[in-house]
Amino acid sequence: MQILDSTILVLAIPLFMFLFLGLVGVKMPRKITGVIGVLGMAVTTILAYTIAFVYFFGEGPQKVDGVYQQLVPVDWTWLSFYADKLVVRLGVLLDPISAMMLVVISTVSFMVHLYSLGYMSDHDGNPEKGFQRYYADLALFTFSMLGLVVSTNIFQMFIFFEMVGVSSYLLIGFYYGLQPANHASKKAFIVTRLADLFFLIGILILSFYTKTFDFINIMGKNGGEVCNAFTSAQGLTFMGCSVTGWALTFIFIGGAGKSAMYPLHIWLPDAMEGPTPVSALIHAATMVVAGVFLVARLFPLYVLEQGAMDIICVVGAFTAFYAAAIACTQSDIKRALAFSTISQIAFMMTSLAVSSANGQLIGGHEAGLGYMASMFHLFTHAMFKALLFLCAGAIIHAVHSNENSKMHGLHKYMPITSIAFLIGCLAIAGIPPFAGFFSKDEILVACYEKGLGWGLWMSMVAGMTAFYMFRIYYLIFFWKKHEVHGEHAPKDQPWTMTVPLIVLALISCVAGFVPFGDLVTWNGQALETHMNWPIAGASVGIALVGIGLATVMYRKENPLPDKLATMFKGLWTASYRRFYMDELYQFITHKIIFQGISKPIAWFDRMIIDGFFNLMGNVTNSASFGIRKMQSGSVQGYVSYYIIGAMLLAAITGVVILCI
Amino acid sequence: MYLIPSLIMFGCGVYGFITRKNMIAMLISLELMLNAVDINFAVFNRYLFPAGHEGMFFSLFAIAIAAAETAVAIAIIINVYRVAKKVDINQITKMKF
Amino acid sequence: MDSIGNVIMYFVFALAIIVFSVLSVTTKKILRSATYLLFVLLATAGIYFQMDYEFLGATQIAVYAGGIVVLFVFAIMLTHKPGEDSEALTSHRRAMGLTACGLGVLVCGVALFSFMKIKEAVELATTDNYTIDKLGTDLLSNKGYLLPFEALSVLLLACIIGAIVIARKR
Repeated sequence: MQILDSTILVLAIPLFMFLFLGLVGVKMPRKITGVIGVLGMAVTTILAYTIAFVYFFGEGPQKVDGVYQQLVPVDWTWLSFYADKLVVRLGVLLDPISAMMLVVISTVSFMVHLYSLGYMSDHDGNPEKGFQRYYADLALFTFSMLGLVVSTNIFQMFIFFEMVGVSSYLLIGFYYGLQPANHASKKAFIVTRLADLFFLIGILILSFYTKTFDFINIMGKNGGEVCNAFTSAQGLTFMGCSVTGWALTFIFIGGAGKSAMYPLHIWLPDAMEGPTPVSALIHAATMVVAGVFLVARLFPLYVLEQGAMDIICVVGAFTAFYAAAIACTQSDIKRALAFSTISQIAFMMTSLAVSSANGQLIGGHEAGLGYMASMFHLFTHAMFKALLFLCAGAIIHAVHSNENSKMHGLHKYMPITSIAFLIGCLAIAGIPPFAGFFSKDEILVACYEKGLGWGLWMSMVAGMTAFYMFRIYYLIFFWKKHEVHGEHAPKDQPWTMTVPLIVLALISCVAGFVPFGDLVTWNGQALETHMNWPIAGASVGIALVGIGLATVMYRKENPLPDKLATMFKGLWTASYRRFYMDELYQFITHKIIFQGISKPIAWFDRMIIDGFFNLMGNVTNSASFGIRKMQSGSVQGYVSYYIIGAMLLAAITGVVILCI
Repeated sequence: MYLIPSLIMFGCGVYGFITRKNMIAMLISLELMLNAVDINFAVFNRYLFPAGHEGMFFSLFAIAIAAAETAVAIAIIINVYRVAKKVDINQITKMKF
Repeated sequence: MDSIGNVIMYFVFALAIIVFSVLSVTTKKILRSATYLLFVLLATAGIYFQMDYEFLGATQIAVYAGGIVVLFVFAIMLTHKPGEDSEALTSHRRAMGLTACGLGVLVCGVALFSFMKIKEAVELATTDNYTIDKLGTDLLSNKGYLLPFEALSVLLLACIIGAIVIARKR
């Protein structure tokens, strides 16, 4: 299959666009830069679609007896040490999840590229500065993300993990003139970097025992056979847990940092300081699911480590609830969407964690359902969350504010955006026939299979999701009549911005009908799925309750929400302030780490070490000032000194010789 | 025997080099010292090692080098004179510190 | 020191060297100083002749007396107005010069004469008639003088260029 071998092109084009736009773009007019960026991305998208299509539906080596195989079209040894004992490869790995991720990333990225043509063209009426830089950074991000999903080994994955972090840093800090953007980009970078440290430790432990980085070597073809080194390393224990458990937990922490799991979620809401299309691309659809992808990639290993899976499960379930609770009170629409993202990603994580692979049939469903559901949700969520963010971008662009108190009643002014946003909300709330219903239903089924408690908990969170999404929706588009600020009434945006909305809305409508169970499973074999009607009905019911509650409270302007807020004042404030997590971090970093550790170290460095060298420098300095007077500049003076010295030397030599 | 005039010549060179203010005069003193050394070379060669000619060759080379050195020194002096309009050494102390 | 004529000539040369050296460094007129230097150099050449180093003497006259002194005279002409005397020396400076000079002479003299005492007995041997063509052959053959000779050539070239560059009018 020639076309699969050309997967490397999907990576090469964004990289080339990054270099080209970054180096040459500044010399070109902004419009042309943007158009070139969009065209490059369009080519990438078409290519990615072709590859995914051929992979899933074509005939060839990728499908043997109805089982999707892992293909490695490109494999290149990058570094080799100790007579090939330590080999780092770069390559391309194609399997169901990476093919799916190619589609997700290229679609959202293309939409964002197109959308940005309109969104970034002006900033409060002025031409945007750094337009070319923006497109170059977007291309870099797309490249890194694509590279991440097609990694053949865990080390390459780590490299691209870092590159994703860097390009995210660049894009969050795009408005580098603004203080919050700077803080947010630093925060995002430091938090994810800290998590990546654990990831690296995990990689080191894992590869120390398995002696390889390659996924296929560790887990066997299609994850079928985990290598012996891993299973034997499971026997070794360290502090009561197996070493592989430690390794996998550490790797999960790395993923949790990128995927904004509690307690490493704090960077994501702040990352909304970046341009909204960036939020849609990076902080809703692609980068934040890198952690989920990481766990999914190593799923065959996690399955063998039930301890690590339990940690993921607890963290995911808690994060889902926690973020949903916060999202109910946020007034900044982007932040509310950010917490919604955290919650949904936690859904995916939980779903992965409740999945078990060992082939038993539980309650009529084959195991591995959670894995499939997670990937399915990843796919649909990327689409509708990007849609929601792009809608939010359009609204923000129209009213020049993030606060929903400045919006209200926009439905009359921006009908297209309103309908698109409604579709997104319905999708995320899980109302059939929109995309979210199907994927979320699978997740809930998987959770109920794990245990009734998990299922109920996640159902509750799903209900909250419906509630807060419709709260946002009503507060933006209804609530009360819009007060027109300034001369222009807000209106629908130019076609470059509305077309992506329409496209994504359409995808959100139909994505749920993709037969995911046949395509993306953990071992490549088709998974039979069928509707679990009681659970589906229950989840729709609870979603409808959430929507109904939101409708009662927020459809028309009324004093109910305020009354409730004052009734549960403590709870409401805590949620609004995100349960004081940021303050806690602030306290830990500033009061404990800075005061307790960094200050004494800095004092030691400044006083003792610097002081010693300053002393030496000062002594030399004053000594030279003292003898500077001898440098009179008169040659004859020098000669006198010289002659006297030479003669003394000669005399001494003579005396010594005579004495001897 | 020949060393006495060469010694005195050397002494005069040292004295002149230190006391003269004029740069050309200093150069002249320098030539005196060089010359005294040349004589010493020749004398030692002639009286101690009459079979060889190393000392003589050394003097020969020294003379050539002295000529070159003088040419450069005088070029420098003339250049300094062009800039500073004087050739007195104690007035040209810009190079201190 | 065989013949009386040689002795007389030696005293003449030695006296000339001593007197003119002292005059050269003490006279106030710079042009005179250069002239006395010429006499010193000529007397030195005489000493070389007395030691049977004809070529060395000739070089001394040609390069030193003929070349360098003329260079000095030109430099003096370029940098001095006629009849300009150098300033009187301060006593401090003179004392310093005398000290350095005395010290130098003392140390060198002690060194030289303590050394000469050992070898005083050696008489002036007859020379092996070292002619100029022999000297030239030695200079350019593998007797060990070829490398310094060539190095000197390069040095002279460098000096020529350097002198031109430095003295050139900008």
